[in-house]
Amino acid sequence: MPDLLLELFSEEIPARMQAGAARDLERLMVGALTDRGYLFDGAKAFAGPRRLTLAIAGLPAKQKDVREELKGPKTDAPQAAIDGFLKKTGLTRDQLRIEKTPKGDVYMAVIERAGRDTPHVLAEIIPEVMAKLPWPKSMRWKPGSPVRWVRPLHSILCTFDGELVPFSFAGISSGLHTRGHRFLSEGKIEAKRFDDYAQKLKAAHVVLEAEERSAIIFEGVKQAAFVHGLEMIPDEGLLAEVSGLAEWPVVYIGTIQDEFMDVPAEILQTSMRTHQKYFSLREPQTSKNMPGRMANRFALVANMIARDGGKEIVAGNERVLRARLSDAKFFWDEDRKTRLAARVEKLKGIVFHAKLGTQFERVERIEKLAGEIAHLIGADVEMAKRAAHLCKADLTSGVVGEFPELQGVMGRYYALHDEENADVADAIRDHYKPVGPSDAVPTEKVAIAVALADKLDALTGFFAAGEKPTGSGDPFALRRAALGVIRIILENKLPVRLVSLYFEAAPGRHPTMKGAILSNLQEMIFRSSLRIHKNEGAFPADLGSKIVSDGITLLLFFIERLKVILKDKGIRHDLIDAVFGVGYEDNLVRLVARVEALQAFLKSDDGANLLAGYKRAANILKVEEKKDAKTFISEVSEIHLTEPAEKALFAALAKAKAAITPLLQKEDFAAAMQQMAALRVPVDAFFDGVKVNADDRQVRENRLNLLASLRATLHQVADFGKIEG
Amino acid sequence: MAKATTQKGLAFQDLILTLQNYWAAQGCLILQPYDDQMGAGTFHPATTLRALGPRPWNAAFVQPSRRPSDGRYGENPNRLQHYYQYQVILKPAPENVQELYLGSIRAIGLDPDVHDIRFVEDDWESPTLGAAGLGWEVWCDGMEITQFTYFQQVGGIECDPVCAEITYGLERLAMYVQDVEFVYDLKFNDQFRYGEVFHQAEQEFSAYNFERADTEILFQHFKDAEKQCRELLSGKKLALPAYDQCIKASHAFNLLDARGVISVTERAAYIGRVRALAQACCEAWLETPMGEYKPRFG
Repeated sequence: MPDLLLELFSEEIPARMQAGAARDLERLMVGALTDRGYLFDGAKAFAGPRRLTLAIAGLPAKQKDVREELKGPKTDAPQAAIDGFLKKTGLTRDQLRIEKTPKGDVYMAVIERAGRDTPHVLAEIIPEVMAKLPWPKSMRWKPGSPVRWVRPLHSILCTFDGELVPFSFAGISSGLHTRGHRFLSEGKIEAKRFDDYAQKLKAAHVVLEAEERSAIIFEGVKQAAFVHGLEMIPDEGLLAEVSGLAEWPVVYIGTIQDEFMDVPAEILQTSMRTHQKYFSLREPQTSKNMPGRMANRFALVANMIARDGGKEIVAGNERVLRARLSDAKFFWDEDRKTRLAARVEKLKGIVFHAKLGTQFERVERIEKLAGEIAHLIGADVEMAKRAAHLCKADLTSGVVGEFPELQGVMGRYYALHDEENADVADAIRDHYKPVGPSDAVPTEKVAIAVALADKLDALTGFFAAGEKPTGSGDPFALRRAALGVIRIILENKLPVRLVSLYFEAAPGRHPTMKGAILSNLQEMIFRSSLRIHKNEGAFPADLGSKIVSDGITLLLFFIERLKVILKDKGIRHDLIDAVFGVGYEDNLVRLVARVEALQAFLKSDDGANLLAGYKRAANILKVEEKKDAKTFISEVSEIHLTEPAEKALFAALAKAKAAITPLLQKEDFAAAMQQMAALRVPVDAFFDGVKVNADDRQVRENRLNLLASLRATLHQVADFGKIEG
Repeated sequence: MAKATTQKGLAFQDLILTLQNYWAAQGCLILQPYDDQMGAGTFHPATTLRALGPRPWNAAFVQPSRRPSDGRYGENPNRLQHYYQYQVILKPAPENVQELYLGSIRAIGLDPDVHDIRFVEDDWESPTLGAAGLGWEVWCDGMEITQFTYFQQVGGIECDPVCAEITYGLERLAMYVQDVEFVYDLKFNDQFRYGEVFHQAEQEFSAYNFERADTEILFQHFKDAEKQCRELLSGKKLALPAYDQCIKASHAFNLLDARGVISVTERAAYIGRVRALAQACCEAWLETPMGEYKPRFG
């Protein structure tokens, strides 16, 4: 079957947009073809600095024929209705068929459309697809024309089955030609089929596939580093970017001058990566936990095989780097002349957010909060407060001004230089963590306290200021902050309660909010949030207390994030709801332990069967309780138990209850569920051998109370009624 | 430092002459610098105003550029409060504009066969001019040597046809060509170093920009320029003189900014006021014969 080859050749496409454009081109073309009834073997799109290419294999030469039957008006319908049908179908009256139906004779139109030749179809859809291609940013360049592309488009190559597909876009007629590398090839290249095209491009120093360019760079850097007895410091993001900046990547090695080698490696690396897009190299690892030292070499990726073997290129890049690193070193030297502690005052000049004051005010809040949290989790309170006091001071340093991504990292260096305690210094660095889903959470207690304080202050502050994230925007990264809080608590198994933390952090807490009043407010926030979350209630209209309504909003936000985290861990959302269903539980560690135990339990046969038994019991209770208009909660009366199966269940329940209570107190949820598993056999036997709705009123009520006792026992762990399946 | 290495490459003034000759040969008008203080070549009416309207326009010129807050008292190796831009404006952008540009860097002695020339995404925006465009910074061996922009909008008005603007930072380019690390070591011609021409000016103007400029006078300059600009745009409009006042207001703002007397919130407001002037001037320009030029034949 024939193939399609399409290449859109333009001026340099921004590296960050290339992969997305290839995906969009493929998606839109595949969509347009399938909409027109095409099936084909495969489609693959490629993107590089100057071209987007799409190859579709096994595309039929002709579109499928289409036959369509349309039912029209009755034969005795008014003329206007019949005319309308004729107009719609484009047929004449004698071309219509008459079909007998129970309601009378109706006109039928049979429309047959012969499939068109594929090149015609392609010539029609490609310009449409090009016009629709969603570049993140595009431009006009044709005088008098609104047509847009990412940068001026120069040529279009398009063939089907080796023949030109003629069409035009932006005044450019499709042809059979393209061009190779800007400097390493000359003249036009003719290509009619994909294999030939890819081969000729390679001969013209263009590597079509981004993955191949990336592999060439990766291997090239590795090899070149190896020659110098070094290894490459992996950097996926940089690799992807430089793969989009060269059609023919060539790796060269340059040297960093000795005078810069006592500047912290992070600064060198960041400067080289962000400004120059160089890879950093390091000495091989000597021991298991210590990565090798940063080397005084760097790898650069050029788009050029230079006539002089790269001498000028390397010399030029070294020169540029020297200027860059001189700046960085200047900042580093200057920064250390001022103590971190002396910088805190300067934070008064940095606005954090118009509604939340300066960074100085923020630090004051974080400091207080970190102290409270340190107390709760058993961290050194004074150290936590010290770390919090200094944690934002590096924002006023020259290095962080130049490289904002080094915030925290530089704070640690300056703290160590000032001879602060090492835990304090580490906490300054780690309090931003985790900065993303793949980043580790802090594990040292002082750092944990400051990290939680930092995030909770931002969350409570922005929520109170009415700046909570919307569906489309989260400018203050509050989702990330909430995910961070949850992960820090879970991964460090911290015995803290979310709503209590909220009250520690929230602005506007009244001095009377303490003791029992505070407990009540906390529980109210928790319960209201759950009700709203479960769609069982609306947001309380008039709470009269902003701190409470903000708390509810924030807790709902946390519940959503928690579900995201648990879902990523493969935990079913209905199990989370089941555990939420049984009461006030905002100790995340306990909550998750419960959910995990529940999930494990339900995977076992005993668990699955017990759930079935529970559902049966719950259904019966629901029906009967409705009938009697009462809830069965009375004690089971032993003397009214008659059947062996109900006596056995009663005994099993008594035994299980006695065992479960202490286990739950110990928070050993797995063992508690193990005890429940023992109920499975008696429950099954009960339903096999006992008729609940006995004729005797007392016997019936007693049996219903027995089932209610089973329900209550299981509800100690989770609301099994919320579990699906 | 390193005087021995400065023997390489074109002298600063030869670099300018080479670019002048090259772009003249491409059919550009060779204009002279505009006689008002401005932050970048883009402010030259030959760029800002001529970028608008349907009339073709190809021009090249050197523009002294003043960035008061970049002053470093002559002590920084490459930061200057006064430096030269070489600007080329081509309307409509020719299809081979990248090739034309590459020809210019060949002309100044940078051979793409031994250097690594790259077009790296860098879109340009001037909030004070209400202007924006898409383009690249051009890298030579990792060094940014040129800003290359396809204007999409100037003074808030869509450009049609779209023009290409090529801006060379002349000192930086010369430092690369001459292999010099300290701007004042640049060979201006055979007899003079850049430092002999400009070092004292950098020292004095840094002191003026940061310490001595009278802010009350400057605030008044800003107000006066704004007022005069508005007046020139009411009644019988005088687009070009009005635009001069816009340039003056912009420079007064830059000086006030360097003096540190404009707060963060005020800053946005001042930029907005200059932009409003620029927009009004651009709109007025389009009503003038040169702005609204329509071909008389064909």
